[in-house]
Amino acid sequence: MARQLMKGNEAVAEAAVRAGLHAYFGYPITPQTELLEYLSRRMPELGRAFVQAESEVAAINMVYGAACTGSRVMTSSSSPGFSLMMEGVSYMAATEIPVVMINVMRGGPGLGNISPSQADYNQSVHGGGHGDYRQIVLTPGSVQESVDLTVLAFDLAEKYRINTVILSDGSIGQMMEPCELPEMQPLRGVSTEPWAITATMGQREHRMLSSIYLKVSDEEKTNIRILNRWRQIEANEVRFKEYYLDDADFAIIGFGSAGRVALTAVRQARAEGIKVGLLRPITVAPFPVQQVAELSKRVQGILVTEMNGGQMLDDVLRIVKGNCPVEFFARLGGVVPFPDEILSEIHRIAKGPLSVDVDPRSAWLDRMAAIVN
Amino acid sequence: MQNEIIFSGFGGQGALFAGQLCSYAAMDNGLEVTWIPSYGPEMRGGTANCTVIISNEEIGSPLVRNPSAVVAMNLPSLDKYEPLVKPGGLLIVNSSMVNRAPTRTDIRVAMVPANELAEKIGDKRMTNMVLVGALLANLPILTQEMMEKALQEHLPARHHRFLPLNYQALREGAAYIAAPVA
Repeated sequence: MARQLMKGNEAVAEAAVRAGLHAYFGYPITPQTELLEYLSRRMPELGRAFVQAESEVAAINMVYGAACTGSRVMTSSSSPGFSLMMEGVSYMAATEIPVVMINVMRGGPGLGNISPSQADYNQSVHGGGHGDYRQIVLTPGSVQESVDLTVLAFDLAEKYRINTVILSDGSIGQMMEPCELPEMQPLRGVSTEPWAITATMGQREHRMLSSIYLKVSDEEKTNIRILNRWRQIEANEVRFKEYYLDDADFAIIGFGSAGRVALTAVRQARAEGIKVGLLRPITVAPFPVQQVAELSKRVQGILVTEMNGGQMLDDVLRIVKGNCPVEFFARLGGVVPFPDEILSEIHRIAKGPLSVDVDPRSAWLDRMAAIVN
Repeated sequence: MQNEIIFSGFGGQGALFAGQLCSYAAMDNGLEVTWIPSYGPEMRGGTANCTVIISNEEIGSPLVRNPSAVVAMNLPSLDKYEPLVKPGGLLIVNSSMVNRAPTRTDIRVAMVPANELAEKIGDKRMTNMVLVGALLANLPILTQEMMEKALQEHLPARHHRFLPLNYQALREGAAYIAAPVA
């Protein structure tokens, strides 16, 4: 199929339609609104359900109900909207149903601004809603990857009966790039899943889905089932992309937009003869733990770069365990770094000296004083 | 090989579409391309700009501090982006909308009276196409034929009556060749 030039938000919407999206519920918020706007046209055209809810809280609860039928359902929002959804996110996780959510992140905390950010990493990867739950978190770095991961998200959500989040940002949502869209999948009829709440037609027993386990031993079993399922996901579903790492003395780790910016800097550094490579996690949950651990045993230093205050940095530090020095660079609050900023960091790191005893966040904050003042 | 182009002007001058058209042509000819607009809380009558990166490999950062080319459609765009053009790079200025010449001597500059040229061919809405013509005459990464094809393929059918004017606008602009850097 010929490539089409599409805006990230619209490409995700069309990819979801082609993946068999049955019902969408959402509420507008920049920089995600084109996704909802596109579906408001496209879904009715195909005789499918589109609802602009009265709020994010309403939207996520509509998603919750619809997902219980086993149909492919989705919502999308941006950072502050996702905070509003957190109660429903926890309920859905507890109910063990497949749901796809798209977060086109913007600057925060609070109302923040509408510029690109990656500051919802912890909210998506380490909770956000209450209780012990996990969810799959996919981080696209381009419009094509947004398309591919949207399709994958539906498959993974169903395979593991789990919340699956596409953690994108305003930059990837707003940019246009060529992409190849998947073939249109036929819309499935009533779900045949043994757990799905569908009409009994007088043919079978009633089913019930719930997030309430008043008997604590049942709740404990549920928690353990969820955690065991997560172990399978960790074993089977880690995805990442490597660039120039084969002979690298130094490695950068960055996801999504920060990873893209780092790629440009890596190429510039390579042209100068500095042996640096890039690991771009595509799943940040499950995290590429083994890849980072192996990397930390063969490079002289790792630079973590994010558009937040070092949320993934903490995960990397926990994996590296002092095997090699870890450095950090970020722009945040809606500021996107230019490649030359990362290149300067590569120069600094290549020159050394590096130490495992330096707190990378603290050292970065000290260097930031000169940049922001 | 990678080229980064910033198109900048007032809202309504067609800066975003000029960038999109180049993006379509690049895509249709097998290149990688990223188009990204500035999308702040924009205001009617305010400025609009986009960055287009065209490359033959996977594109990293969608933004660059120092682009290889800038199309400045008005004075605020000239003031903002003239200092940022990469040394040896290209600056296309809509001279109809500025009251000064660029001061840099380490870049190539083409002053194009795009509003007058567009009005001369009969439609002032062709200003952006005149400037795209000048851009590509000086940064030959896409040909006139590729641009004409992209217009045919991607302009909605209801606008196809404007195709010949667009082609002519591209050719008018292409006559403005920047002097080499001294």
